[in-house]
Amino acid sequence: MSKTAIKFKLAILKNTPFILFVCIFIIFGILSPKFFQYENFENIATSASYIGIVTVGMTFVLLTAGIDLSVGSNMFLSASIAGLLIRDLNAPIWLALLCAVLVGTLYGGINAFFIVKLRILPFLVTLSTLVAGRGLGLLITKSQGVTLPESISNWGAVRVVGLPVPIIIYAVIALIAHLFLKFFPMGRQIYAIGNDPEAAKKAGLNTDRSIAFVYIISGLLAAIAGIVSVSQMGIVNAGFGDGDEFDAIAAAVLGGTSLFGGIGTIFPGAVIGTILIQMVQAGLVYTQVDMYIQPLIQAAVIFVAVFLDSIRSREISKIEKRHIRVEN
Amino acid sequence: MSEYILQLKNISKYFFGVPALKNINLELRKGKMLGLIGENGAGKSTMMNIIGGVIKADEGSMVLKGEEYQPDGPGEATDAGITFIHQELNLFTNLSIEENIYISSFPTIGRLPVISKGAIRTKTRELLDSIDLKLSPDILVEKLSPGERQLVEIAKALSSKPDIIIFDEPTTSLTARETKKLFELINKLRDQGISMIYISHILDDVLNLVDDIVVLKDGEVTDKGAKQDFSIQRMVSSMVGRDLEQMYPERTSKPSNEVVLEVSNLSQSGTIHDVSFKLHKGEILGVFGLMGSGRTEMARIIFGLDPYESGEIAVDGKKITKSSPQNSIRNRIAFVTENRREEGLLMHSTILDNIQLVSLREYAKTILKIVDSKKVTESIKDVVKMLKVKSGPVEKTAPKSLSGGNQQKVVIGKWVMAKPKIFMVDEPTRGIDVGAKYEVYTILNQFASEGSGVLIISSEIEELIGVCDRILVMSKGEIVGEFSASEFDKERIVGSAFRQNVRC
Repeated sequence: MSKTAIKFKLAILKNTPFILFVCIFIIFGILSPKFFQYENFENIATSASYIGIVTVGMTFVLLTAGIDLSVGSNMFLSASIAGLLIRDLNAPIWLALLCAVLVGTLYGGINAFFIVKLRILPFLVTLSTLVAGRGLGLLITKSQGVTLPESISNWGAVRVVGLPVPIIIYAVIALIAHLFLKFFPMGRQIYAIGNDPEAAKKAGLNTDRSIAFVYIISGLLAAIAGIVSVSQMGIVNAGFGDGDEFDAIAAAVLGGTSLFGGIGTIFPGAVIGTILIQMVQAGLVYTQVDMYIQPLIQAAVIFVAVFLDSIRSREISKIEKRHIRVEN
Repeated sequence: MSEYILQLKNISKYFFGVPALKNINLELRKGKMLGLIGENGAGKSTMMNIIGGVIKADEGSMVLKGEEYQPDGPGEATDAGITFIHQELNLFTNLSIEENIYISSFPTIGRLPVISKGAIRTKTRELLDSIDLKLSPDILVEKLSPGERQLVEIAKALSSKPDIIIFDEPTTSLTARETKKLFELINKLRDQGISMIYISHILDDVLNLVDDIVVLKDGEVTDKGAKQDFSIQRMVSSMVGRDLEQMYPERTSKPSNEVVLEVSNLSQSGTIHDVSFKLHKGEILGVFGLMGSGRTEMARIIFGLDPYESGEIAVDGKKITKSSPQNSIRNRIAFVTENRREEGLLMHSTILDNIQLVSLREYAKTILKIVDSKKVTESIKDVVKMLKVKSGPVEKTAPKSLSGGNQQKVVIGKWVMAKPKIFMVDEPTRGIDVGAKYEVYTILNQFASEGSGVLIISSEIEELIGVCDRILVMSKGEIVGEFSASEFDKERIVGSAFRQNVRC
């Protein structure tokens, strides 16, 4: 292969998520011309925003080679508490929302405590708090949906500078997270810990603090995502947030984040991954695919993307490997 | 002020009542280099950990720059001006050079917690210039060669402006040229007035580099003095506690004429080209070559770990049609890889699990293929005894707690259990001490005398001359020379390994 051919191949391999994104976009567009309308883009972005916020937190956790399975339950519990405060205690909306955010942060703090102080595996800790969080939520809501006042469900549709509020909230969070990971000492240290926790300790880094931090952030962002989602749906029912943790993990991985830690980005990574998943969902609706087949197609897309990703990293390392012999 | 920058006075340390260090007295002269040698387990790492503040001494005191020195944690040691270059590199491969250097103390913009990209870039450039490393500060470490990574570690150490640098086996993963460059740098640092402690098993290097030598054995200083008074002989006998008349055991058998492994015209683009040789029963065949000469790649292909495009491999005259590690094990080929920590051992499993790994099938004879665990355990205990592995109970001890030499014996033990006809070992004595080396050679000898063919890959030419019947030389993926025992000559063999490099 000539040098330019190798360079071309490398460029394709390194941008696989993006290329996949464009391909899927075009395919849906051809199948259903309506897909290309501006309203559709906005729809995709609005519905992507809450999962996107969860995915930002999940990316932080995955970067340390951890996992947070409890985010869906966290969304449910914190949104339920906000709803109950408003409905039963007539709490002002701002106070209820503040409480929701505090509950979510505390939820993440509990995860962090078990993981850092008691040294229990993140998978087990967050699996337990997934069950416990939903249980507690069902207990306080008596398994009945909590309807929120219109003042909340309305602002999901409010526009600022021409964009729906959920998109703006998501954009601001993604931007802050991106800058934090790229330009703050702790952001870079999170990458170091994910790469080699032992070496990080030897370099004098406070690894416990950073690991606790990512779970607390994940909890905080889950609560915010819950509020954003409620603002669109207007009701917190028993299935609220159920399974969202898997959408977030899938979105992060689709965007190139490694489950083994140390590799991944908010932008383009997590953002592209989230929009990709949301786009496939919307595209399937537009092309009127049978509702029961939709999950199968979604699964296939995730599988193909992850599969391509594993081939791609192998190919990249093959190309970039040093050669002993230079063949003519 | 005294001529010493660091003094250890009567330092002792006990682990669960067992002494690891006994009454250690040691002085590091200012601006000089101290060589610290001793077998694995002699107490070198314990001593370094005390100096580095990782653990505390039970008795005795330390004096640094004329003042009492009692570090509480590695951070304080760094603040006091002492840094370490460890044997395993502690770099983050997913970060850039500059981020690695400043990971624990990023320069920030004013009081904001934001990394100052400008400051970090300039500072890193200066550091890299000072050690003559021509790399851009924003390159990711995963793209660097082992030698370049070692130099980045040194740049990182220098970033804290240390008075004392401690090197622990810094050359184990470096090529000859990289090692030379490292030594030049070390000498330059000494000229700048930095004091250093250099720990290594490579006695020649120690003798070349240092000013003073201290020998540790079983937690005690058995010998110390100026370099001029030392010879390799004296170093070895102080380390081992007896005169090691020979570095290499006597061969007790002769190779036969029967060929056990024949490789013909083996090629794979990018790695090896037209490799042909024969390995006889009872023969110890050495493969010499510089790092990156294709020796390891050749062994990996023969064992079936990597594919080949053309050529033939035949075991006992029978051509191998499907090459895979499973088939190789079935054909009784053994392969001890050069990287025992990552490729040779399950570090966290037990010794028992490690050794039984490749021969489990043999102990599952009944129809249900259930492993006869009693029989396995007995055989393993025999192997462990034969190899003289020093460890706790094999069912409970994990390799990560063993010294390098004992770890290597566990890897070898795994293959001993499989009773190989062809035994390939890649750098079998890297990073292990003189005594353990002798034992490894003895094991290889024993294989040969029992009729196996042994292929030993090494970059230590003395070792190959000492143990082999024949030596092949590789360069740029080709076999460029062959020497029989009567033709062994250090200069000629090394020369032929370099020849192609020089010509191109």
